[in-house]
Amino acid sequence: MELLYFGDKGWGDELFFATLMTIAVSITAMIIGFIFAALFTPLKLSNNKFLNSIGNAYTTVIRGVPELLVIYLFFFGGSGAIMFVASIFGYNDYIEINAFLTGSFSIGIISGAYSTEVFRGALQSIDKGQFEAAKVLGFNKYIYFFKIILPQMLRLAIPNLSNVWQITLKDTSLISVTGLVEIMRQSYIAAGSTRDPLFFYSFAAVLYLMLTFLSMQLLNRLETKYSKGY
Amino acid sequence: MDIELMINSFPKLLNATLITLKLLSVSLILGLFIGLGFAILRMNNNKLINKFAYGYSYIFRGTPLLVQIFIIYFGLGQIEYLRTTFLWVVLKEPYWCAIIAFSLNTGAYTSEILRSAFQTIKLGYLEAGKSLGIPSKIIFTKIQIPIAIKQSLPAYGNEIILMLKGTSLASTVTLMDLTGVAKYIISTTFKPVEVFIVAGGIYLFMTFIIHNVIKYLEKKYGFQT
Repeated sequence: MELLYFGDKGWGDELFFATLMTIAVSITAMIIGFIFAALFTPLKLSNNKFLNSIGNAYTTVIRGVPELLVIYLFFFGGSGAIMFVASIFGYNDYIEINAFLTGSFSIGIISGAYSTEVFRGALQSIDKGQFEAAKVLGFNKYIYFFKIILPQMLRLAIPNLSNVWQITLKDTSLISVTGLVEIMRQSYIAAGSTRDPLFFYSFAAVLYLMLTFLSMQLLNRLETKYSKGY
Repeated sequence: MDIELMINSFPKLLNATLITLKLLSVSLILGLFIGLGFAILRMNNNKLINKFAYGYSYIFRGTPLLVQIFIIYFGLGQIEYLRTTFLWVVLKEPYWCAIIAFSLNTGAYTSEILRSAFQTIKLGYLEAGKSLGIPSKIIFTKIQIPIAIKQSLPAYGNEIILMLKGTSLASTVTLMDLTGVAKYIISTTFKPVEVFIVAGGIYLFMTFIIHNVIKYLEKKYGFQT
């Protein structure tokens, strides 16, 4: 237990901040994922064959390729791509991108593919009559989407989105390979310097269990809130 | 685009795919037995046994696979007692550690899939079996298990694909599987996009095959209940 003391003696404070980092990366990745989902869901539902295939390619490739490979692509390729763009503007120094940004971006792209599928499924299972009625009643686009379609979609999407959140939370452990100090990386460092890997990795498992347990409690509450009318 | 690198790295990556497939098939077979065992325990009426099986699947589904591999590979070696037993022969090999972690992980998911499949079997089938005087053991092996397998095929297909992606984590414990070799080539040539296209293509091809095999099995063995 001494190993978990706060301050210089133990690893308590380091692990606490690492947990906060995991939460921060997960939330950022989830938001980035929503942005991707907002871009690709319309493509997947579009009647245009070309746009449709772009949407399908995104979800198929990302869901069919290991997360670790995607992370390596952005970790090794990210700074190269940015340096290439910078060199066009005449900036030739080495640019290193922030590990937090690469990490959240690569996890975000992965979680975006899952979110896209969730939103597509939710939109498709809304009764067609709802779309038609909203159009016939002449609501403007804002009310049409935000007041009529979105609330119904969220009710159907939230249970599956909480699954996506779980996947995203667990995927953040993989960005420890890029050196970002989250739970996994901090446990790795602590295990290395104390030679007590069993304790620290088990403690990491407990931290992840706590995070999944607590977030499930919150999400279940959200779920009951959105399905109030039913 | 460095086409030459892509062509040169293809045989190396294909070779590494064999390790990925080996890891996948061995852990899926072991995981199926573990999953079936825990699914049966989950349906036990004894509360303690039930809680134990639920706890197992909760812990393995609630923590990242990476943590599980690290606990088994780095953590268990720390216990002095284990080093003296025959288990050490297994636990010092990263290959077997990865397989243990993958089997336990996929076993947890499989137990949930099978449990829900068992629970959706209509009572009428069991009652029909009972009224025909079939012993309960045979009802279980000849009626419940075949129906459960058929019903769990779509979910199990997803689990196979998730596990295929999961095997990429073997590269974190020094195994040179498809992702491991891909990472090695990327870090020596600094051409991530080309290697990603080749390695990702191989993974996509495998998911494509698995997806279609499962679809075929569903069509062949599926029935309306």
